Amino acid sequence: MSVRTLPLLFLNLGGEMLYILDQRLRAQNIPGDKARKVLHDIISTMFNRKFMEELFKPQDLYSKKALRTVYDRLAHASIMRLNQASMDKLYDLMTMAFKHQVLLCPRPKDVLLVTFNHLDAIKGFIQDSPAILHQVEEIFRQLTETYGGLSAGEFQLIRQTLLTFFQDLHIRVSLFLKDKVQNSNGRFVLPVSGPVPWGTEVPGLIRMFDSKGKEVKKVEFKHGGNYVTAPKEGSFELYGDRVLKLGTNMYSMNRPVETHMSGASKNLAPRTQENIAPNPLAKEELNFLARLMGGMEIKKPSGPEPGFRLNLFTTDEEEEQAALTRPEELSYEVINIQATQDQQRNEELARIMGELEVTDQPRQSASKGDDLLAMMDGL
Amino acid sequence: MVAVDSQGPQDSAVRMFRRERSIPLRGSAAALCNNLSVLQLPSRNLTHFGVVHGPSAQLVSAAPEGVPLAQRQLHAKEGAGVSPPLITQVHWCVLPFRVLLVLTSHRGIQMYESDGSVMVYWHALDSGDASPVQAVFARGIAASGHFICVGTWSGRILVFDIPAKGPNIVLSEELAGHQTPVTDIATEPAQGQDCVADMVTADDSGLLCVWRSGPEFKLLTRIPGFGVPCPSVQLWHGTVAAGYGDGQVRLYEAGTGTLHVQISAHARAICALDLASEAGKVEHCHGECVPDTQVCGARFCDPSGSSFAVTGYDLAEILRFSSV
Repeated sequence: MSVRTLPLLFLNLGGEMLYILDQRLRAQNIPGDKARKVLHDIISTMFNRKFMEELFKPQDLYSKKALRTVYDRLAHASIMRLNQASMDKLYDLMTMAFKHQVLLCPRPKDVLLVTFNHLDAIKGFIQDSPAILHQVEEIFRQLTETYGGLSAGEFQLIRQTLLTFFQDLHIRVSLFLKDKVQNSNGRFVLPVSGPVPWGTEVPGLIRMFDSKGKEVKKVEFKHGGNYVTAPKEGSFELYGDRVLKLGTNMYSMNRPVETHMSGASKNLAPRTQENIAPNPLAKEELNFLARLMGGMEIKKPSGPEPGFRLNLFTTDEEEEQAALTRPEELSYEVINIQATQDQQRNEELARIMGELEVTDQPRQSASKGDDLLAMMDGL
Repeated sequence: MVAVDSQGPQDSAVRMFRRERSIPLRGSAAALCNNLSVLQLPSRNLTHFGVVHGPSAQLVSAAPEGVPLAQRQLHAKEGAGVSPPLITQVHWCVLPFRVLLVLTSHRGIQMYESDGSVMVYWHALDSGDASPVQAVFARGIAASGHFICVGTWSGRILVFDIPAKGPNIVLSEELAGHQTPVTDIATEPAQGQDCVADMVTADDSGLLCVWRSGPEFKLLTRIPGFGVPCPSVQLWHGTVAAGYGDGQVRLYEAGTGTLHVQISAHARAICALDLASEAGKVEHCHGECVPDTQVCGARFCDPSGSSFAVTGYDLAEILRFSSV
């Protein structure tokens, strides 16, 4: 699979996370200055130079579980707290949104335009902060440098790598169901009308040539779809009309967003069996996380600024209920890295995690942590 | 999906297809190109299907009405590396005296007896001169006489000499012709006829190379690309049929590379293309839309082209169609 996929995955999921948090902060009537601080802190942590350096190194994609741990940290980069149930829901929404965007990209290369749409919106969140704005524009440049010259074939491989990450994920999102973007079986609706991808002809023509290359016959046929020519290509510049709407903020209306957990697709079971079984690659994933988060500078809450808890659900009762009824196969075990018997690794990890440790982080249940440690010791 | 279909010379009626019973799969199909292989065994009234799920591939055999009879899962051979190796393609190779099942992955090439029960050969890929940003994998599988040809990420085609039986398989040649990753390989189904060109290989840049097989393979023609990948290619009676990333299907004369037909066939990249071997003219006779599914594999299930099967990303079943 492509080793250039992680930055695109991370930035787009991060973008979706910010859209959702922004909407929930407004829905929960969090005071404007606090809400702005939360978004600023998260964005500044996301675009931290050292972190981005690690991210852009050629590497394989890691599991959904490993990646979730990074977003868990990111969401707690400021004075805001999320319970497990809300964090689960947040991650579900982020992943289903980006899966939809990848699936619907007309050309594999359009995933770069989707990424630019997210970055454009992120710039909107931090307009009054030139330092962070500069960081984001740096990443624009780095994206252009890394991906600007890739061939269609390489983008095709990136697309396939992303779709592997999202394979068998069919969580139903009520906003998608309402907008008829998703079917009740969790599958996304694939339109067969609208503009064709840039560089593609509207289907329906057979042209025949003689041995000298002269066109001798033309036959039309009915394709079955209802397509039109693409009006123009989206811009890959720092500023420009992206044309593509995928990756823009669909939460700008104040609409409650629920995910459906019960009646999850039957197809989910075989695949997630692989996820639950002890993962012999956990060690590699932990190393990756340690490296990646080593570059993540989490500011400790300074001064008398009181924290607050954000709820992704409409009421606390709903949040509690969601936590109780979440199907086992969809639970994300947050990796809690603590002591190991490997002294050297222990010190390094402890140092990194110590810098990241936030005081009132709710501890995970002892049994989950023990299982993971036992697994690590056994490697 | 438009099935590039065929019609016998006498029959001028337009052929229509209808949906038949699907074959369930244990795992969904991966979003790869050419993600369906079909082995027809008319003498045993059986059809084998092969689909890649991810780190595993699924083989399922079915009776004529699509009733599933047996299932088997094969895995990519582990090796040094961080993540579980992913399979890129699974394909049955019909040789003069035996049928082998070939599996390509990001580690190498595995060959099995046709039912997948025994692995007879393993070839590890040499990632020697790959840069750190390059993905290393094998992709593109076809049988040519008693050879099996497999494409690689570097553009090289590996030619394996297959004995009539047993595991004594030997890498006999490496063909240079492509500079970008190979996407697909096709060979002339009508072996032994007066075909000079009997193999075509395709790559990510859209370049097609036409070869003549033999103790040493010879490059006959190059058909340049035009900026889009050619993920799927077929060869039949001296005609190359190629599907491209911009939705075009083009037919060329294999020997000279002359373009004969250009079809603006699809609104998205073509992922799979197949020809029924008992063919006549090429004419569009049926368009089918599989709702809300990104098709990733398509094969005819019989030589006359009266039935075909299709796989889709995230779909845990093989869809079947037959003509009415």
